[in-house]
Amino acid sequence: MTDQTDNLPVEEPIANPGLPEHHWRPTDVDPAAERRAERQVASFFLLSVVCAVLFIVAYFTIEPGDTFMHMGAMNVALGSSLGFALLFIGIGVIQWARKLMGDHEISELRHPASSSEEDRAATIAALQQGLEESGLGRRPLVRNTMLLAMGVVGLPLIVGLRDLGPLPGKKLERTVWKKGTRIVNDVTGRWIRPTDLEIGQLVNAEPEGLVHPPDAEHLAGLEKRGGEVLEGVDLQVEKAKSAVIIVRMEPKDITDETQNWGHEGILCYSKICTHVGCPIALWEQQTHHLLCPCHQSTFDLGDKGRVVFGPAARALPMLPIEVDEDGYLAARHGFLEPVGPSYWERNSPSYWEKKEKKFFEEEAK
Amino acid sequence: MSTAPVANTNGKQATSAGKPSKGTRVVGWADERLGLATAAKKNLRKVFPDHWSFMLGEIALWSFVVLLLTGVFLTLWFRPSMAEVEYMGTYEQLRGLHMSEAFVSTMNISFDVRGGLLMRQMHHWAAMLFIASMLVHMMRVFLTGAFRKPREVNWVIGGVLILLGILEGFSGYSLPDDLLSGTGMRIAQGLVQATPVLGTYMSFFMFGGEFPGDAVISRLYMVHILLLPALILALIAAHMLLLVYHKHTQWPGPGRTEENVVGYPMLPVYMAKAGGFFFIVFGFSAFMGGLMTINPVWKYGPYDPTKVTAGSQPDWYMGIAEGTLRIMPGIESHFLGVTLSWNILIPGMIAPIALLATVLAWPFLEAWVTGDKREHHLLQRPRNAPTRTAFLVAMMSLYGLLWIGGGNDVLAVLFHLNLNHITWFLRAAIFIIPPLVFIFVKRWCISLQRHDNEMLLHGYETGIIMRSAEGGYSERHLPVSDDRAYTITARDRDEIYDPATDVDANGVAAPGGRATALREKLSQAMFADNVQKPTAEELEEGHHHAEHEHELEAGLDHAADGHQFDGRHPVEGEELRKH
Repeated sequence: MTDQTDNLPVEEPIANPGLPEHHWRPTDVDPAAERRAERQVASFFLLSVVCAVLFIVAYFTIEPGDTFMHMGAMNVALGSSLGFALLFIGIGVIQWARKLMGDHEISELRHPASSSEEDRAATIAALQQGLEESGLGRRPLVRNTMLLAMGVVGLPLIVGLRDLGPLPGKKLERTVWKKGTRIVNDVTGRWIRPTDLEIGQLVNAEPEGLVHPPDAEHLAGLEKRGGEVLEGVDLQVEKAKSAVIIVRMEPKDITDETQNWGHEGILCYSKICTHVGCPIALWEQQTHHLLCPCHQSTFDLGDKGRVVFGPAARALPMLPIEVDEDGYLAARHGFLEPVGPSYWERNSPSYWEKKEKKFFEEEAK
Repeated sequence: MSTAPVANTNGKQATSAGKPSKGTRVVGWADERLGLATAAKKNLRKVFPDHWSFMLGEIALWSFVVLLLTGVFLTLWFRPSMAEVEYMGTYEQLRGLHMSEAFVSTMNISFDVRGGLLMRQMHHWAAMLFIASMLVHMMRVFLTGAFRKPREVNWVIGGVLILLGILEGFSGYSLPDDLLSGTGMRIAQGLVQATPVLGTYMSFFMFGGEFPGDAVISRLYMVHILLLPALILALIAAHMLLLVYHKHTQWPGPGRTEENVVGYPMLPVYMAKAGGFFFIVFGFSAFMGGLMTINPVWKYGPYDPTKVTAGSQPDWYMGIAEGTLRIMPGIESHFLGVTLSWNILIPGMIAPIALLATVLAWPFLEAWVTGDKREHHLLQRPRNAPTRTAFLVAMMSLYGLLWIGGGNDVLAVLFHLNLNHITWFLRAAIFIIPPLVFIFVKRWCISLQRHDNEMLLHGYETGIIMRSAEGGYSERHLPVSDDRAYTITARDRDEIYDPATDVDANGVAAPGGRATALREKLSQAMFADNVQKPTAEELEEGHHHAEHEHELEAGLDHAADGHQFDGRHPVEGEELRKH
């Protein structure tokens, strides 16, 4: 670009008029304005001091439980005093820069991002000389074995991470559910009788042992069936897999195939979404649809947990249940397919359907 | 700068002669040991150009500093442990419940450490601000073409910074181990587990076994307070060093060229303005932390893998990932005894990687199409790069649609809509609306370019309506000032790539083939419709024409300049205004 019209390239319509004239600010020419600006800046700094002191006063005088307009008084007081203390410093400094510091725009020449030709040539020469002297090109044996060693030495670093966790094995296919495991209410921990459920009702439930047994009878029953009360990590892990929902529907609303899994219209489904594993929670009684609140996958509980909408690709796994000798709801078998989200090693649904079929055939015998 | 002679460290005396001032002595002391004066003399008075949009990146920088400061405070009390303990703190509703130590310590910071809630909320607000300002800063850089040579590497660093910022935000969000963050963690685990081949292994190694395990919080804590902040800090340093080395871009204008940079010196003006602005960002974070509740974990309660709340929403920057996950139809492939979950793979891995790759590759793609090897330090107005601008706005519309998808349940409740209808609408809309937006914005930019040319050739619209003797009305146009006209024309003409003229120094034509054909096509698509600035001849002709018209219409012996009608100048024969 050039500043002279005569030298303008043909396609450039207008010459660069050059930097505009500098205009003096009132504070540059009027001593009164200057002093006023000085006082303004100082006032901001002093106000900041006041706010910082207010912060300390609030810190020591306000009780943690006090409220102010339904908000925590302490938090509001500390936040506002700290906010103003900081803001006033900022405003003061910027006002100082705008009104009192020099405001002459200056121009600086740019340099190209690249180095000079000589520097570049020298660098390339040095690189080449280094490469020559190292003999990297002439000694392929040394070079290749070095590269090999550097590659292999990375392996110990990766192998060292092996103990980050156990191998998956078949863990994702298994839950605590097995034949005879009683179903308990996830709040009270009590066993559930069919009569406890009204038509249209949905109860969040767990296998016994995941909720602390409410009395000695429940504990004894659990131990008789070889179960145990889980705690800590084991409990959390099991909860993330074994949680179920029990629903009671009009038998006429349930497909025949689905009937086999339940008891007089009482059905038991995994509570863990087959999409990415959120616990499914929203029950639409009229349509007997169950909706996952995370990504709105919707499952039809009258039809084997079929996906009716949303991003889930697979039906909600069912737990086959029965009423045991004492009249409580219990599992006839563990889950017949892995619950929860999909993963690479999980076999196709047809594989699991075969397993289900086998189970029902054996049961029929 | 002191012009004292070069230090002679072999001498027995300090090199400064005479009795130096205190400041000079300090500089001398430091320089004799650190030798920084050579670098400092160039940089202390370094020029930075002024424009409001150059402040956006600064917000990101300062909010990161606020994050470091408030974060250090939080680490003094937070315990990254998933060990189960009973909560005995002051918040009555949760007292006696069993929960992880991480959640208990978060509760204690919120209720029992004075100022703890303020710091927690400031930290969270500053994180929102950090990511938001980075995104807006990136859009500014994109729209103005500031990523062009020599700044492509800095663009890539910036893109990686946004990615790291989002990961840093998500890891921090997960630390309190509350119900909402635990749900987020579960979703993340589902995404990891869906990775082909390695998914389950990755998940087991991340969580120390099956989800949720007891390891992930302490591991994420390390990632959140050490690994990612160190990387972010290093990249910010590189980003700033390159900014200083390249010198800041500037808007074209009188006296501002590709060869210079015009503005105020760093010392004192920018030091003061930027330093003051740090306090403003810090102060705003304090206000937000004090007055606006964010992430009230005590309302959500501790994480329990069997519980979830309706209307669960992640932090805003995860909204597009959440939206993609929600509107994706449930597709899975099964073969050879394995499962490939497209419904998770596409939103969770393929889409984000494609997005990041597009963002990072854009400067190189554009440079390949234009074949432009020059350095660019003058910014482009968004209208002067219609395709690029339209692309960004189309992406913004996609972002908005996916955001709607992320909140489809909330919107359904709020506006009494059918949730499934929203989802179906979005499944189609993300393919239909962005292209429409692209076309619309591109035409809009081009008509703004036309408007600029109109203004240069025929002057600007004064708002003065003239009535001619015949009774016709017309609006008076006046020429724009020289400065303004220069600023508008200070842009390059677009060149459309033509393989026929692409001949190298030895007269060898560019090789034909698909790449060349694609480049020609892209070049056509990007630049063929653009309006170029008028040439000197056209401008001359336009001015003559305008003046001629004025004379005819106004009946004056010179072109009307508007002053006749401003009410302060008498107009011959005009009587009304006198009363």
